[in-house]
Amino acid sequence: MIDLAFLRETFATLVSGVPLTLQLAALSSLLGAIFALLLVWAQVALPSTLGRVARFYIFAFRGTPLLVQLFLIYYGLSQFRPTLSALGLWGLLRDPYWCAVLALMFNTAAYCAEIFRGGLQAVPAGQVEAARAAGFSGFLLFRRIVFPIALRQALPGYGNELVLMVKATSLASTVTLMEITGLAAKAISQSYRAIEVFLVAGALYLVLNVVLVQALGLLERRLMRHLAR
Amino acid sequence: MTASYFDLVGFGPEGWGPALATATFITLAVALAGFAGGAVLGGLLAWARIAGGAVIGGLAQAYSTVMRGIPDLLVIYLFYFGGSAVLGRLAALFGHAGFIGVPAFLTGALAIAVVSAAYQGEVFRGAHAAVARGEIEAAIAIGMSRPQILRRILVPLILRYALPGLGNTWQLVLKESALISVIGLVELLRQAQIAAGSTRRPFEFYLTAAALYLLISWVSTRGFALMERRSRRGVGIAI
Repeated sequence: MIDLAFLRETFATLVSGVPLTLQLAALSSLLGAIFALLLVWAQVALPSTLGRVARFYIFAFRGTPLLVQLFLIYYGLSQFRPTLSALGLWGLLRDPYWCAVLALMFNTAAYCAEIFRGGLQAVPAGQVEAARAAGFSGFLLFRRIVFPIALRQALPGYGNELVLMVKATSLASTVTLMEITGLAAKAISQSYRAIEVFLVAGALYLVLNVVLVQALGLLERRLMRHLAR
Repeated sequence: MTASYFDLVGFGPEGWGPALATATFITLAVALAGFAGGAVLGGLLAWARIAGGAVIGGLAQAYSTVMRGIPDLLVIYLFYFGGSAVLGRLAALFGHAGFIGVPAFLTGALAIAVVSAAYQGEVFRGAHAAVARGEIEAAIAIGMSRPQILRRILVPLILRYALPGLGNTWQLVLKESALISVIGLVELLRQAQIAAGSTRRPFEFYLTAAALYLLISWVSTRGFALMERRSRRGVGIAI
């Protein structure tokens, strides 16, 4: 009933897509987190016009599907090819890999910005007051007091977002990238054995996400070790 | 020669307005169908977790862990290709050979239902846990039967507590529905793709699609806020 040879063969095919999946997830999460910090900064520290722009950005990217964002970047921007060539951006934007990274990054930045802002707002005012009373200010206050507390508050939500990012990389298969889902779709259309291929691909994603969740759990326990028992 | 943006998406002879409006309706329909199916299945999952004992509850938990850990796109492919494989095998029994396509709307709605059930199950379970024990004790004390408690006390309270979570899930479902375009259902994104291909104006059409999704999502946010307010009328400032 269960064709082990086929499963093993499919596993070997799909596992070769794991590096690309991880690469997409890691690169876009990193760039997205940096961009998210800028968005938060615009909201809390910059003049209200820029803060409003940041808020509209977050609203727009959280309210539209990632696939639409990806198509807008990959297919939509090709309409402006002459201008983009003149700006030297065409080499980047005609490459499906960079389009996928950009779309994933812009998307996750909007979600991360909300998570980070929530973390910042959860820093108790008393902690900041106490730090100021002890002579902390400026960057030192942020580095020693605000950031460590905000990080602990934001970590669970950020972990969820990372798992969502690993899943979201599957959309890159719609712009010809051969990561796990792309390879799985190809394997299905060649073998017509959707269920077996699905099982293998699903198991791969599940393993990736379980490892990620465990690692985040370890990090969280380490950060919270002052509260242990 | 280059038509203006408003001619492109308008309702004139050259305009894609009617097609986009129909596609928006299809998006709403497939998302609603999937969401409703997911609510039924999610309710069953929550029930299994609450009252199903170790084995059935464990299975329900495994289901929701797996479904939340694998990409939606993969599930859509499974239903699309897997469904046609099953149909093809059935048809072969009756002497038919070759590929049989499954209806994209049904496949899409099913895939959305199966995925969103995992999320909605968690929402319902959390809402059930939030119901105060005193409410049930009070109902027993005045002599309500179990079906009465379920209908008059539990379900209204669970719905009230679940509404914010259900609103989040609906937003997820709405965005997930765009993935159904990969199996050929002409919903909003697929229609934008078709229009973009035929007019060579992808940027305008994808941007229009994005704006329509944003509109739906904004209106739904408002709608859920209204429903939440209505569901809490007379409750005071408990939550």
